[in-house]
Amino acid sequence: MAVARSQSIVLTKEKAKWMYQKMQEIRQFEDKVHEIFSRGVLPGFVHLYAGEEAVAVGVCAHLTEKDYITSTHRGHGHCIAKECDVNGMMAEIYGKATGLCKGKGGSMHIADVSKGMLGANGIVGGGFPLAVGAGLTAKLKKTGSVAVCFFGDGANNHGTFHEGINLAAIWKLPVIFVAENNGYAESTPFEYASSCRNIADRAAAYNIPGEVVDGKDVIAVYEAAKRAIERARNGEGPTLIECKTYRNYGHFEGDAQTYKSLEEKQKHLQELDAIVKFREYLLVNQLCSEQELAEIEQSVAKAIEKAVEFAENSPFPTEEDLLRDVYVSY
Amino acid sequence: MARTISFSAALNEAMRLAMRKDEHVILLGEDVAGGATVDHLQDDEAWGGVMGVTKGLVQEFGRERVLDTPIAEAGYIGAAVTAAATGLRPIAELMFNDFIGSCLDEVMNQAAKLRYMFGGKAKVPLTIRTMHGAGFRAAAQHSQSLYALFTHIPGLKVVVPSTPADAKGLLLASIFDDDPVIFFEDKTLYNMKGEVEEGFYTIPFGIADIKRQGDDLTIVAIGKQVHTALKAAAILQERGVEAEVIDPRTLSPLDENTILSSVAKTGRLIVVDEANPRCSVAADISALVADKGFDYLDAPIKRITAPHCPVPFSPALEDLYLPTPEKVLRAAAEIIGDETIVPV
Repeated sequence: MAVARSQSIVLTKEKAKWMYQKMQEIRQFEDKVHEIFSRGVLPGFVHLYAGEEAVAVGVCAHLTEKDYITSTHRGHGHCIAKECDVNGMMAEIYGKATGLCKGKGGSMHIADVSKGMLGANGIVGGGFPLAVGAGLTAKLKKTGSVAVCFFGDGANNHGTFHEGINLAAIWKLPVIFVAENNGYAESTPFEYASSCRNIADRAAAYNIPGEVVDGKDVIAVYEAAKRAIERARNGEGPTLIECKTYRNYGHFEGDAQTYKSLEEKQKHLQELDAIVKFREYLLVNQLCSEQELAEIEQSVAKAIEKAVEFAENSPFPTEEDLLRDVYVSY
Repeated sequence: MARTISFSAALNEAMRLAMRKDEHVILLGEDVAGGATVDHLQDDEAWGGVMGVTKGLVQEFGRERVLDTPIAEAGYIGAAVTAAATGLRPIAELMFNDFIGSCLDEVMNQAAKLRYMFGGKAKVPLTIRTMHGAGFRAAAQHSQSLYALFTHIPGLKVVVPSTPADAKGLLLASIFDDDPVIFFEDKTLYNMKGEVEEGFYTIPFGIADIKRQGDDLTIVAIGKQVHTALKAAAILQERGVEAEVIDPRTLSPLDENTILSSVAKTGRLIVVDEANPRCSVAADISALVADKGFDYLDAPIKRITAPHCPVPFSPALEDLYLPTPEKVLRAAAEIIGDETIVPV
């Protein structure tokens, strides 16, 4: 299966700026969390999305609040691309009462159902059936919404991959399965763990379209997602898109990444960076000026600083919150 | 107006009324309609579940709301979780509770926890109906009573009805409850007949039903074992002992007050639970009374449960596995200190 390359397409100026801003927000948010975590300030553990920005942004560029996404343990990028509030996200990662989930979910469970963000998920493979359920609601209520299931290469070997995609396919649900193949499930290479060359090859078994795209090329992701989402909205059922990508950090913060070679890391972090490539694209195609891009970068930096400040100055939840929201009524 | 109908018919009626009342109520599961896409099959000939409990619903509500699923519990139970969280009110049928092994994540880590993990910004109005219970000669993987497993998990509600009337009212309450509910149906009760009111009614959760009043001994029994307890109570009455039989009806929430008040009156407690004994609901209720009602007790608490073994297939062994009125009587004799109670 050939890797689909981006062709010349017309992004509106507005959309282009939005995409660049979201990619910057994700990168700067994650770099900041990396820095804060290394100071030992954050409780628990975090999985960073830096390096994979083109996937979340290229897909979510087509979505509105009425559309749903399910996410993974590496979910910060999906949240930002789905317009979750970064102050609330940062506060959540700090375990503060002002967090999007009032400090009860943490990094692995950030959610904002009002934005269609059905949650990061601590269970690898957890998202497949959940996206199917959101797609079922969309179909039965005829809302025109779609559900996107982001998942990693590790999840593609999980049983729920099969059950979820098969269900979406037989019921022709408006679901888009987006594999983020970053090459490693924790420290285990994709090639070792998966019997297929491409995750997208598995689409054939469900009689649905499967497509491999360069996950470092936000335009390529944008185009593939556009095709899949149109298909879904037209009632033609699910699509499986595999984005070949790379995570700049380890599986979790503190991972020494001994399984990655130095050459590989340098190649991805320096030559193949999705944000650098998109920046060039925007300038060459005169979609943004150097000044506009610099302004975005600076305003994002300020917003992330503000988010940290907000989180650090927010109160922790109190004892009375412990038993709240276990049930609607009990 | 009350009529005499079966436990199974009462459940069917509850689902029919719920689906008429709210178009967002859907039913999904393996063969809940049956025979999907088979050209020659008329809807009235379709199975309606392996035991026929959902028979006829597809005729009235169509295949868009009565959805046959592949045999893929993780897939469709998980889908039901977010279908609930995004605006539907699904009834998902997990054919046998023993199959939870294939979809425990979706129930334990997703359905039960979404609301709490999301800081109260989600609700999951999902009902999972599931068959349980031994005595059907269905062997080890189709006969368990796993309600303790779910009662252990915060975020889930657990319902175990013992009569047709309770089954209908509790199922309607489950479907219109905004939290995920695991609703247990004992497969050996489906043909049991009882008086059931017509029309829509609900039975609130966390309210135990005192099935029989008495001052000498409290018997708390779960599901089908309520009837074992009532049989034992009838024999005890002949021997001058008045037993109070309490059916908690919902294990989560649990009506602690009714149990404790009864033990305060009688001073003696037997719990009858056909599940395996370790970490069971019987153990939980016993611990409750030992903790909060120790001073009321005149004798040790007794638990009549299955032994710590899988459900055996052979009728000769399965009959030994289950609680019986005789086992209850022996326990009663021991804690009352009157060996004449035990039938000869």
